[in-house]
Amino acid sequence: MTRGMRLKEAKQYVAGKLGITPFDLSDPVVMTDVRNEYGFGRVHSYAISQPWQANQIEAKFNIARVLDVPINSVERFKERTTPGAGAR
Amino acid sequence: MTNEARVPTRMGDGTFTRLTRSEIRADLVAGSEVATKRAKVPLLSDDEIDHLLEIYASPLRFIGVDVGEEIVLSCDGTGMKTHATRIQDLQSYEQWMGADLLELCVGDYSLKVVRTILAHEAQYMHDAQLCTIAPLQYGVMPNLGLYSKPDGPCDNWNELLPLGKIPEARAAAEEAVEMAVEDMVKLADSQWEAGADAIDWDTTGASGDPEFLAALRATKIIREKYPDMGVQLGMAGEFVLGMHGQLEWDGVRLAGLWPREQLLLAQKAGATMFGPVVNINTGKSLAWNMARAIALIKPCMEVATIPVHPNAGMGVGGVPMVVHLPSDAVCRAAKSFVELLHVDGL
Repeated sequence: MTRGMRLKEAKQYVAGKLGITPFDLSDPVVMTDVRNEYGFGRVHSYAISQPWQANQIEAKFNIARVLDVPINSVERFKERTTPGAGAR
Repeated sequence: MTNEARVPTRMGDGTFTRLTRSEIRADLVAGSEVATKRAKVPLLSDDEIDHLLEIYASPLRFIGVDVGEEIVLSCDGTGMKTHATRIQDLQSYEQWMGADLLELCVGDYSLKVVRTILAHEAQYMHDAQLCTIAPLQYGVMPNLGLYSKPDGPCDNWNELLPLGKIPEARAAAEEAVEMAVEDMVKLADSQWEAGADAIDWDTTGASGDPEFLAALRATKIIREKYPDMGVQLGMAGEFVLGMHGQLEWDGVRLAGLWPREQLLLAQKAGATMFGPVVNINTGKSLAWNMARAIALIKPCMEVATIPVHPNAGMGVGGVPMVVHLPSDAVCRAAKSFVELLHVDGL
């Protein structure tokens, strides 16, 4: 979305970072476990309602780190939660 | 009369009709020929026509792509108070519908309207980013017409043109372009600060070449200011109307451009996703419409270096012009785009 990567290239990149195959990316059985393992948040509210699991902005921190892709809202969060940021 | 079996298929207005395989094939060939005649694109090959025939002559309610060939679904308007607050709508799309991408917008969807509430929209984006996971963009349509009187400050080129006041009409459109570019950049400034992942220019070119010019100029400025911000540039139609007629961007005259040339300029401006559009002819079958859409968009795929997401919704991309879209029609359009064009998304 922000890198302008074509789909095949993007699937290979993400799958490589996650240690799975591009085929697995659209398999909800595999991806539910993968999302849980990496703390990406899980689709469907029954799956994400556990209080110890990352969700929402927490999940985006994990996605940015594991995929090595900067996410704007994560960078903004860090910027605004460092000491002295409130005075901006 | 023919003894050939008939299968249920639809017209561009969504109504069912029953055609034989021979009739569907004839419509596919005719749709391809119309595209070739108008846009000078290559005809679809016999193999491509046969592939589309298998899709459109299928009696199945649902059909789909092969396992593993799934694509990304981008979208407009997932956060617009469809059934709850805008943030709750975004969460529903993400959690219950598994959306690949979310979009915050206002119901009016016009740039000139949004420019008056930039701070409110930025704060809402900020809040929404904290409680969603999927990439979240902000969407508007440039809708340059709203910059003309009586809605806006510029003289109305649509009123000036029939009076023969061509220079005055062109000057009014050029004035509107300057205003729209400034508003688009200010919108991106505020949304980037709020944490947005991307901006979506939806239905670009609805007001013709001046509007397409505004989107290209704004996209270039935004991508230079914020290299990590995505810009999705989706079109309004297959052909850029020459409401001005003389406007150029990067040495290319904009009036009369077809999808391939539109894509090349969008890419050059720095767009990270391009959405070509082919409008529906409601009086023709969906097979006719799909063949025409595939033939017109196919040249895009040969030169694309960014993701191409053809618009496939109400009245565009082989999907009938009705509010409640028949799933049999939508899945046929999607399968056609994936299997014949290898699109990156829809």
